[in-house]
Amino acid sequence: MLIKKIIRFFTSLKLTVTLLAFSIVLVFIGTLAQVDEGLYATQSHYFRQWLVVGVHFFGRQIPLILPGGYLLGTLLLANLLAAHIYRFQLSTKKIGIQLTHAGVMLLLVGQLVTDMLARETQMNFAEGETRNYSESATDYELIFVNGDEVTAIPAKMLKPGDVLTPEKTGLPFAVRVKSFWKNSDVTFRAPMMQNAPPVASNGVALNFDFRALPDEKTTDRKNIPTAVIELLGQNTPLGDWAVSDWSGDAPMAAGLQESYAEQIGPAMAQKIASQLTAPQSMEIDDKKFTFSMRPVRVSHPFSLTLLKATHTVYAGTDIPKDFRSRVQLQNPKTGENREVEISMNHPLRYDGLTFYQYQMSAGEMVERAGQTPSSVLQVVHNPSWLTPYIGCGLVAAGLVTQFMFHLVGFISKRKTK
Amino acid sequence: MKQTFQKWFPPCLMLVMAMWFFGNLRTPPDKDFAFTEFGQLPVTANGRVQPLDSLARNALLQLREKQTLNLEPWKEWNENPKIISATEWLANVMMNPVVADGWPCFRVDNPDLISFLKLPEKNSAQHCDGKHYSWNQFAPMLEALDRENTRIQTNSLPSDRNAYENGVVKLRERLGVYQQLKNSVQPENAGDWKQELADYEKLIPAGAAAVRAQQAGEKYDEPAFNQFLGELERFDFMSRLEPPLVLPPQNPSGDWQRTGTALLNSAKGEPIPPAVQNYATLAGAFKNGDVASFNSALADYRSSLVPNFSRAMAHARAEVFFNQMEPFYNAMVIYVLAGLLAIFSWFNLSETLRRSAVWLVGLAFAIHTTGLIYRMVLEGRPPVTNLYSSAIFIGWGACLLGIILEKFYKNGIGAVVSSGIGFITLIIAHHLALEGDTMEMMRAVLDTNFWLATHVVAVTTGYASTFVAGFLALIYIVRGVFTKTLDEATGKSLARMIYGIVCFATLFSFVGTVLGGIWADQSWGRFWGWDPKENGALIIVLWNALILHLRWGGMIRERGLVVCAIGGNIVTSWSWFGVNMLGIGLHSYGFTEAAFKWLVLFVVSQLGFITLGLLPAKMWKSFSTRAN
Repeated sequence: MLIKKIIRFFTSLKLTVTLLAFSIVLVFIGTLAQVDEGLYATQSHYFRQWLVVGVHFFGRQIPLILPGGYLLGTLLLANLLAAHIYRFQLSTKKIGIQLTHAGVMLLLVGQLVTDMLARETQMNFAEGETRNYSESATDYELIFVNGDEVTAIPAKMLKPGDVLTPEKTGLPFAVRVKSFWKNSDVTFRAPMMQNAPPVASNGVALNFDFRALPDEKTTDRKNIPTAVIELLGQNTPLGDWAVSDWSGDAPMAAGLQESYAEQIGPAMAQKIASQLTAPQSMEIDDKKFTFSMRPVRVSHPFSLTLLKATHTVYAGTDIPKDFRSRVQLQNPKTGENREVEISMNHPLRYDGLTFYQYQMSAGEMVERAGQTPSSVLQVVHNPSWLTPYIGCGLVAAGLVTQFMFHLVGFISKRKTK
Repeated sequence: MKQTFQKWFPPCLMLVMAMWFFGNLRTPPDKDFAFTEFGQLPVTANGRVQPLDSLARNALLQLREKQTLNLEPWKEWNENPKIISATEWLANVMMNPVVADGWPCFRVDNPDLISFLKLPEKNSAQHCDGKHYSWNQFAPMLEALDRENTRIQTNSLPSDRNAYENGVVKLRERLGVYQQLKNSVQPENAGDWKQELADYEKLIPAGAAAVRAQQAGEKYDEPAFNQFLGELERFDFMSRLEPPLVLPPQNPSGDWQRTGTALLNSAKGEPIPPAVQNYATLAGAFKNGDVASFNSALADYRSSLVPNFSRAMAHARAEVFFNQMEPFYNAMVIYVLAGLLAIFSWFNLSETLRRSAVWLVGLAFAIHTTGLIYRMVLEGRPPVTNLYSSAIFIGWGACLLGIILEKFYKNGIGAVVSSGIGFITLIIAHHLALEGDTMEMMRAVLDTNFWLATHVVAVTTGYASTFVAGFLALIYIVRGVFTKTLDEATGKSLARMIYGIVCFATLFSFVGTVLGGIWADQSWGRFWGWDPKENGALIIVLWNALILHLRWGGMIRERGLVVCAIGGNIVTSWSWFGVNMLGIGLHSYGFTEAAFKWLVLFVVSQLGFITLGLLPAKMWKSFSTRAN
C-alpha cells in the first residue's frame, strides 16, 4: 500500500509540474542573487545545494527555504525514471516523448557527473615561460618545502585558532593558525607612518600590512588569501609569519610595483615589490623550510611553452577582435614536440584535458608599457563533456518527432474538413 | 460589381502601399553640392569600413535620435521647418564647423540639465524649442559641464545615477562624438586649411631640424621651432580625440589612418597621405561655397580610390542604398495599417477587410525580409548579431508564424499577430538603434558565424514563438472579456494555436539553450555556468515545459493555457532584456535606462492581463452571451 503510494507519488505529473515550478523560482532567484552574492557564491548557495536557506531577493535578505539545485535535479530524475518504468509503452506515438525524456535524463546525469568529477584549473604564463602544471583559480594550499620534500596543507584546513600538529602534517613542528582571510588586501608599511603593529613579527609582514577583504563577486577577479601562522617547535615557539598569495604571483607583484612607481619612484617600487615576493623560511634541526601560500597545483606529464600571445583589436577601436596563444607542446613520454595555436572557440584537446584561451595581457598597450605579453589558459578535465552533445541530440530529435506528429495530424485533419 | 470590388480591393491596396515604398527609394538628385556621392565615400569607424552616410546617420541618431537634422525645431511640422540630410550636416561639421556649430543638433531632455547649462527655454519667437541646442549654446558652459561629468563619473556607478546625472554623462558623450567628427579631416580651428596644410608641409624640414637641434642643445631656429610645435600640438589634439579613420591605406595590406595621426607621423619624415590633400581641397571648396570645384574635387578623389578600393566603394554604395531604403521603418508603417484593418475585420466580419490586411502583412513581411537579408549580406553575418538585430529577427519570425496561422485559420487572428508583433519589435529595434552603429563588429568570442547561425537563431526563434503564443493569449483575453466576438469556435481555435506554438517554442528554446551550452563548452570549457542570460533562456524552456505538462495532466484547460501563455511573455522579456539590466555576467551588453522603465511597464501590463484572464467566466462578455 505504502509502496503503491510512493510509486504514485514519484510517477505523478503533479510532481513534475511542482518541480518545474520550483526550478523556475530557484533559477530566477539564483540569477538575481548574483548581483549581491557573486557568481561563485550563488552557485554553491543555490544550485550546488540540497536545501537553500535564506535568499537574496532584489538586494534584500528574505528568510525563505527552497529546494536547492541538487534536490530538484535528483527528484526530477527520479520522477522521469519512475514514470518511464511504470508507464513505458513502445508505441510510435510516444517515441518522441520517450526520446525527449531520455535526453533530459542524460543531461541531468551528465551535469551531476560534471559537478562531481570536472576539474577546472588555469595555466598562467608569459611569453617564453614553460609550464608542466596548472593551478586552481579558487583553491589554495599552504606549502612547506624542504629540499625535494613538499608538504601541502589545503587552505580549507586553516581555521583560525586551530593547531595543526606534527602528527597531522608530518612536519617536525606544529602550525598554529592565528588568522586566515579568504580574500585580502596588501599595503606597504611606509616607514614613517606605522600606526598599527605588524600582523606578524617576521618576514614579509615587517614591510607589508595585510587585511581581510570581502569575497570577490565577479568571475574575472580572484580572491587572494592570506594566513597568519605561528610555528611551534617541541619546546619553543619559532615565530609567526604572514603567508599570502600576494607574494606568489609575479604579475600581481608587478601590478603593485606599477601602482607604487608613481608615488615613490621606480627604483623604490621595485625594491618594495621584491620584498613582497622574497621567499620566507626558517630553520629547525638544521633543516630549512621555505613556506608560502599558493594555488593548488595539478601537474601534467607534458609541458606547454608560450611562444607568442596575440591580442588584436578592430582598427581605430578597442573592441577585441582576436586572442590567440601559440604554444609549444612537449611530451617526453611520447616524444611529441609540436606547435599548437589556441584561440577563442578553438581549444586544444590533449591527454583528457582541454585548454581554452581564457585571459590575455598582450597587444599594443602591454607592449607600450614594456611588459612581456602573457596568457592564461583555462584547463578543464571533464570526463562527461560529451553527454550534453548526445543529450541535446536526443531531446531535439524527440521534440521534432513529437512536433511532426502533431503537425501532420493537424494538417490532415484540416484537409479532411 | 460588388464582387469585383471585393476581389480586387485587397491586391490594389497592397499595390498602392508598394508604390509608396518604391517611391521613397528614389533619392532626390543633388541640386548643388553632390552630397549623395560625398555620403558614399568609405571611411573606417567603429572598427569597420562604412560610408560617410552611415557615419552621419548614426551620429545624428546618437545626438538627437533622428536620422535627419531639423534646422528650425521651434516650428510646428505644418510650418514647414527646414530639414537637411545627415550627410549635408556631416559635411558642414567636418569641413565648415563655423556654420555647423550654430545648428541645433543636440537634444537635451532633462530640465535640471537645461537650467544648469543656462540654456534658453521654449520660446518660438527667439527660435528655441526648449529641447534642441547648438554647440555654440553649450560653449560658455563646457568647462562646468566637464567638471560635473568628471564628478559624476568618479563618484557613482552607472546604475546609481539619477536622470540629471545620466543626462550630464550622455550630453558629454554626445559633445564628444561631435568633437571627433569636427576633427576628422582638419583641425577644428582651421581657417584656410588647404593653405595651412601647404605651409606646414613646407615647414617640415626646417621644423624637424630645429627640434633636433634643440634636443641636442645646439642653437636652433626659434620661430620655426615654435611654429612647428604649435602645428604638432593641433594634430596631437586631433588624433587623441580618436575620430573616425578617414584616410584609406596606401597599399592593400596597410591600415586606415586618422588625419591627425598621419600628420604627426609626417613630422617624423613619413609622406603625407594624398587623401589628406583631397579632403583639404574638398573642405576649401565647400567653405567657399564653390559648388563646381567641390564636385570636381570629389570626383577626383573618388576616381583615385577606384583602383584599390572598388570593393569598399561598392560596399559603401550598397550600405547607403540600404540606409535610404529604411526597410524596417517602412515595414513598421505598413504593419500598423494591416493590424488596424485586421482588427476591424473581427467586428463587422468583413472578408474583404481581412484579405486586405493579409495582403498588407504580406507586403510588410516582404520588405522586412528584404531588409533582414540585405543586412546579413552587408555584414556577412547570420541574422542576429546584437540586441538590435535580435529585435528585428524576433519580429520577422513572429510575423512568419502569424502568416502561417492565418493561412490555416483564415480568421484574421494570424494577421493581427503578424502586424502586432512586427510593429512592436520594430519600434524596439528603432530605439535600440539610438545607441549608435547597429552593424558594430563582433567581439572576439562572438566572432563565429557557426554558433551565431545555430545557437543565436534557435534561441531568438524560441523567443519569437513564445511571444506569438503570448500574443494569441492576449487576443483571447481582450476579445473574450471586452467583446462578444470570442465564440466557441474562435476560442477553441485560439487555444489550439497557442498549444501548437508552445510546442514549437519548447523545441526551439530548448535546442537554442543547449546549443549555447555547447558553444560555451567549446570556448570556455564549461557547458553550464549559471550566467544570467543562460538562466533566462533556461527559464523560458522550463516555463514552456511546465505549460505542456500542466495541459497533459489536465491541470489546466483552455483558459488556464491562455493565462500561462501570457506568463511566457513575462519570462521571455526578462530573458531578452531583464537579465542585461542586472549589469553582471557575460551577456551584460546593451543596457538602456529607458528600456528598464518599459520592461517594468510591460511586465505590469501582462500581470494585469493575467488578472483579467483569471476573472470568473460570468464577467467575460463573450462567455455570458454564450450561455444565453
